[in-house]
Order: sequence, then C-alpha cells, then structure tokens
Amino acid sequence: MMAETGLAALWCAASLALLQLLLGLGYWRHRSGGPTAARALAVAQGLLTLVAFVALLASFATSDMSVALVAHNSHSAKPMMYKLAGAWGNHEGSMLLWVMVLGLSGAALALLERRLDDAMTVATLATQAAIALGFFAFLLIASNPFARLSPAPPDGQGLNPLLQDPGLAFHPPTLYLGYVGLSVAFSLAVAALLTRQVGPLLARAMRPWVLAAWIFLTLGITAGSYWAYYELGWGGWWFWDPVENASLMPWLAATALLHSLNVLAARGGLRAWTMMLAVVAFSMSMLGTFLVRSGVLTSVHAFAVDPTRGSFILALLALYIGGALALFAARIGTVREGARFALWSREGGLVANNLLLSVILGIVLVGTLYPLLAEATTGEKLSVGPPYFNATVSPLALLLVAFLLFAPLLRWRHDTRPKRVRTLPGAAATVVALGLTFAVAPAMTVLPRLGLALAGGLAIASLLPLAGRNLRRTPLATWGMATAHFGVAVALAGMAIDSSSTVEKLAAARPGETLTVGPWAVTFADLQPVVGPNWTALEARLDASRGDTRLTLAPQARTFSNPATETNETAIATLWNGQLYTVLGKPDGDGRWQLRLWWKPFVTLIWLGGALIALGGTLALIGRVWRDWRRGSRL
Amino acid sequence: MKGVVRFLPLLLFLMLVGALVWRLVHPSNVAVPSRLAGKALPAFSLPPAHSGQTGLASVDLATGEPHLVNLFASWCVPCITEIPLLQRLKEDGARVVGIDVRDRPEALARFLADNGNPFQAIGADTDSAVQLALGSSGVPETFVVDGRGIVRRQFIGGISEADLPEVRAALAKAAQ
Repeated sequence: MMAETGLAALWCAASLALLQLLLGLGYWRHRSGGPTAARALAVAQGLLTLVAFVALLASFATSDMSVALVAHNSHSAKPMMYKLAGAWGNHEGSMLLWVMVLGLSGAALALLERRLDDAMTVATLATQAAIALGFFAFLLIASNPFARLSPAPPDGQGLNPLLQDPGLAFHPPTLYLGYVGLSVAFSLAVAALLTRQVGPLLARAMRPWVLAAWIFLTLGITAGSYWAYYELGWGGWWFWDPVENASLMPWLAATALLHSLNVLAARGGLRAWTMMLAVVAFSMSMLGTFLVRSGVLTSVHAFAVDPTRGSFILALLALYIGGALALFAARIGTVREGARFALWSREGGLVANNLLLSVILGIVLVGTLYPLLAEATTGEKLSVGPPYFNATVSPLALLLVAFLLFAPLLRWRHDTRPKRVRTLPGAAATVVALGLTFAVAPAMTVLPRLGLALAGGLAIASLLPLAGRNLRRTPLATWGMATAHFGVAVALAGMAIDSSSTVEKLAAARPGETLTVGPWAVTFADLQPVVGPNWTALEARLDASRGDTRLTLAPQARTFSNPATETNETAIATLWNGQLYTVLGKPDGDGRWQLRLWWKPFVTLIWLGGALIALGGTLALIGRVWRDWRRGSRL
Repeated sequence: MKGVVRFLPLLLFLMLVGALVWRLVHPSNVAVPSRLAGKALPAFSLPPAHSGQTGLASVDLATGEPHLVNLFASWCVPCITEIPLLQRLKEDGARVVGIDVRDRPEALARFLADNGNPFQAIGADTDSAVQLALGSSGVPETFVVDGRGIVRRQFIGGISEADLPEVRAALAKAAQ
C-alpha cells in the first residue's frame, strides 16, 4: 500500500504542476486567474511530493522487499540509519528527493514571498512548475522509484559499503538542497525577463534563495571532501574528479551570483550579467546531475549509469537552459542599464570577484569536458587531471584572495580616496606572514608560500569591515561576510600547509616493527579479527608516539558480506596541530602488511574553513531575512 | 547588450549540448588496447598440460593459420562459462589452443571432462612465466594470433556472448 500511495501522490503532484503551468500561460494571455490559485497549487504540490518521499522512506524503513528499489539497494540486516539513507543512495530515490525539495521550495516561495507583484509571482511559480514537470516525467516514465517486484525476494542486495557512512548519508541531500535552491533563482530570473522586471527588487527576492543554496553547496562540498579524505584512504582531500568538479561548478557560479546580486540589490547595476549568472548557476547544477547520472565522463565515482536516463536529463537541460538563454537573447536588449560606477569602488571590486570566479568556472568546465571535446574533434583519447587544474586554478584563486584584502573596504559607487589606512593592516599581515614562511620553512615552493602569506593577510583583512563600527548595531550580513572571508583564509592556510608539509610513508611491515613518519614513531603492535553487524575485518593496532604524546590507532581492512566488497577503514588521530592518518592495506603473503601512514599538519583547517564559510552564509541569510521581516514585507 | 553578442551564450550552450549528444550516441570505448597488438608472440615452449596431448610452443602458432590463444585455469570460474563459447568458435572453424596457468594435471582433466575440451593443444604454464611474458594479469584472457605469430587482438577477461561477433571479426581479419 505504501508504495502505491507514494506513486499516486507523485501522479497527483505532476498533474498539479501541469495545471500550474497552464495557469501561468492563461494569466499571461488574459491577466486573470491571479496568484492565489498559483500559490495554493504550489503548496499542494509540495505536500504531495513530501508524501511520496515519506512513502519511499517508509518502504526502506520496513525493508519492504517487494519494492524493487528496496530489494536492489537495501538489506534487512542494515542499521536503521543506512536503511533510510538507502532511500536516496540510488538513482530513483535521489531523483525523488530532488523533486521533493523542488516541490517544497516552490511551496515555501508561494507561502513566504510577498514582495513580488502578481504577474511575477505567477510567472515564477509557472517556471518552477515547468521544471518540476520535466522531473516528474523523468521519474514516472524512466525511473519509477515505487516499481514492485513479484515475487518479492527474501532479502535485499544491500548498499555499496562505501556509502555506509554517516558523512555520505547526508552528503547527497545537502548538495541537492543547493542545486534546487538555484532552481528558484533560475525561475525568478526567467520570470523577471518575461515580465520585464529585472531590478533591485528581484535581487532582494532572489538573494535568500541563492544564499541558502550556496550554504548547502558549501556544506555539501566540504562534507564530500572530508568523506573522500577519510573513506577512500588515499590521503587526499580533492582529486579534480569529474564528479567533484560537477559539484564545484555550481558553487563557483553561485558564489559569483551571490556577489553580483549585492550590486543589483544595493545599486541596481550588473543587471544583464546577474541574469546570466542565475541561468548559468542552475545550468551547472543540471549539467552536474547529467554528468553524474549519464556516465559520459569516466570517474572514480561509480554511479549506476544508464544512457537512457542520461538522454532524458540532457533533453531537460537543453529545454530549460536553451529556452532560458533564448529568452535572455530576446529580452536582454530591453533591460535598462544599471547605475554606473567607477573602477575604484565596491562595485568594481565585486566585478573583479565575478570575473575571476567566472574564469575559474570556465577553466574547470573546459578541463572537465575537454577529454570529451578532444575525442569528438580529433578522436584522441586523453584525460585531464590535477596538474592542469592545480596549475591554472591555484594562481587565479590566489589573485582572488589578493583582491579580498582590500575590495570589501571600498565604498559604493566610487572611492575618491582609496582608504589606504584601512587596507594597511591586511597588507602588513601579508608581509609578516610571508616573512614567517621564510623563517620557518625556507624550502617551501612558491604557491603554498604565497597561499600562506595571503591567508595571514586575509585573516586580518577579513575582520577590518567590522573595525571602527558599533559592533552591536552592525548588520548581521556584515558579520556574515567577515566570517565567510575569514573562513576562506582558514581554508587557504590549511590547503597551503597540507600541500607543502605532508609527510607520507608507505611500507610493508610485520607486527612488532616500528616505522617513522614525520615526527611520529608508529609501532605495528598487533593484528586482530573483528566482527561488525554486516562485515568482518582485520584490525591493526598501531601505537604512535611523539615525545610524551601517545596514541593508539586501529585501521581496518573490512570485508562486507552484502554485497561482498572490501574496503579500507582509515584510522585518523586528530590533534590540534594536524592529523595522523593510517591505512591498513593488503598482506604480501610473507607475513608482512602494507601500511600507509601520513602526517598532515593543520589539514583540518581546510574543512574548518569550509564550515566557517557556510556559517558566514548562515549569518548573512538570517540577517537578511530578519531585516526584511521587520520591515513588514514578510521576506 | 546588443547585436550578435546576446546570442553568444545560447550558441555556446548549443555546442555543448551537441558535444554531449555526440558522447551519448558514441559511448566512450574503454577497452585497453593490448601492448602486444601488432607484435610477435614472445618465444615460448610449454610441456603438455596433461598426458595424451601435445604441448604448445610459439612456433606452433606461426603456421600460416590464425589461432585463438586462450589463457585459462581449472580453478577459474569465469573460464567455465567461456568454454561453451570457445566450443562454438571451434565448430565455426577456429583453431583454439589453451595455456593452462598454475594448474595440476588431475584438476585440469576433471575440468575438461566436466566442461568439454575445445582446445587443439594445451600448454602447462605452471609458474605463470608465459602469462607474464604475454602481459596478461589474470585468467581468462584470449589472444587472436595471425598466421605469422603476430598478436592482433587481446580480450581481457572472459569472452561473453556479446563479444563473439568481435572475436570472429578479429579472426577473419587475422586470416587475411
């Protein structure tokens, strides 16, 4: 019954989406059938998708093996949390999650957004409905999550054990919340172009959605990076894998959009550019989904890949983004030019930010798709890896940080006397940090050294917008900006130290032997079998010591029973000044075991920085929403 | 923003969609071409894998006719599923020879009795020396060798029903 309820809810929601789209078209032609109906339809649609998703969760929770998706992706022996996570740890379920978030955000938009006029509200909700319709069709035609199996198998096939991890259980939903948040920005941009209302009001309506999406993307990428770091056992935190790039590209576009929206909201400038970014940000989300689901790019992320599904997403991508870009071409001539500004101004700084972020986005996009383009044009097969991305992205990212040292301190419109005095502390801190790197690590290479210097400078400069203000009356959004920029400094410091100071040791060792890695002496004390709920493992006991500090680590080589898979469970000791990262590998047959040990000084700063960036975004979001609320406009 | 410039994003996007459609229509071929393809087989001479048969040497393969050289072992499960397919290729006129990797004669005899024997000759590669010389990392693997003893094609992993047309095509090409 549960599965049928879900399926029925999905069909109902799809027909409501169609109705909403028709309502929008009708309103456009006859100016009747106002926004009340559109709002009601959006709310009903959101609730129905929620019902469908809860039905799927219930099927997984009760291990209803007559549902094909449950039988293929779950197992009754799994812990409850992973049973639930199994609901979205597969293609159909994740698409249903996507549609549910889309439906709920449409409902939230309908309930909360009161600034927009009738025409704009109806147009926005109709665009949301058009997007939702495509995904409903995709779910109901090409990937029904509620399909039944007859006869039902006695038990399921399990979930990829790499995915049985709390980090990963919440990583995909977080990214999807980000992707879908960008769909609202897209719908607002399309509606603004349709109703010719590109202006500051639109920017203020769009900003909380972009902020929320950006926070989730930041958290999703940070969590995904940490997951790859400790779960895969390769000791790295970013691999420039196509699937990682697929999540990075929408983030880059959303970051640029977030900054250009401020110019549009505060000064009415950068109108065409901001509309373009809103379209690009959502198209990057859809492109990311396509790349991940279609398997057109070779990736370490082994998703269940299906060319039919790929074609479906590609068709949706072509329809929505192609349509939006055609609309952009047709209407952008009618968008008024915004307020002008001087080169030395806050706007000028934000344009620099946007240009650099767009170039980085272009580089990542080209690098990700280049193997495909090269094979299409010359037939040559090649792959683009970290050497390309590191060499091109790192210098531009450092340049971006260099701008951050002073741009947030500039005034709007034009800064007659660049506030040299206020920019001094940041510059001084950069020079001091640079000097310190020479004193502490004379052999460091250029990029990490510059990174550390700029991180030091930015740590000070990011706080300067708060200096000299009455801190209790400073808007929360300004606190948010300072926190996020400080987070950039923290993450950059972590990356620079990790790339320059990590020590690695790969060795085959017998129990009893001692290895050294960096300042640590690690003794391979013991090897014991251990048993978990659905796995067995060999667990090594490693006694690590450094001076008076003593630690015990227990990395495992795990074998899962359903499905039969082997994984390496890393053991990581986190100290205030870094992480000791250990992996137990394969036996060599002569009683020795491969051990991989890393000492990574200050590597945790990378994810701490990511969390601070997301925290900054959250402060800004709360500040903006609260301020709008107080002004009586209900968002 | 005026003129052609405003259509530029749309044009770029359509080119991107074109490239993605092309990739969907022509899925990437991830087959790893053999390092030995186009090169002569390394010289080897193996004793017979079980009594009553001839052994296998590289000179036996340079007789003017193409051969299918199958690396297998009795302890290898995918090899069992491959035998009927090799049998069918043999019935089509292919000359199939085997290299039995790290095996025992009695185990091999049981394997052939249970699954059939499509091989004209089987050489015993007890210490994997020939397997390593062929650049093979596991069993089963199958090489298409032409009449001059030149490797034309390497199939890594078991041959499946879907691979048969390709194997036949490679054999026909090697016969020319």
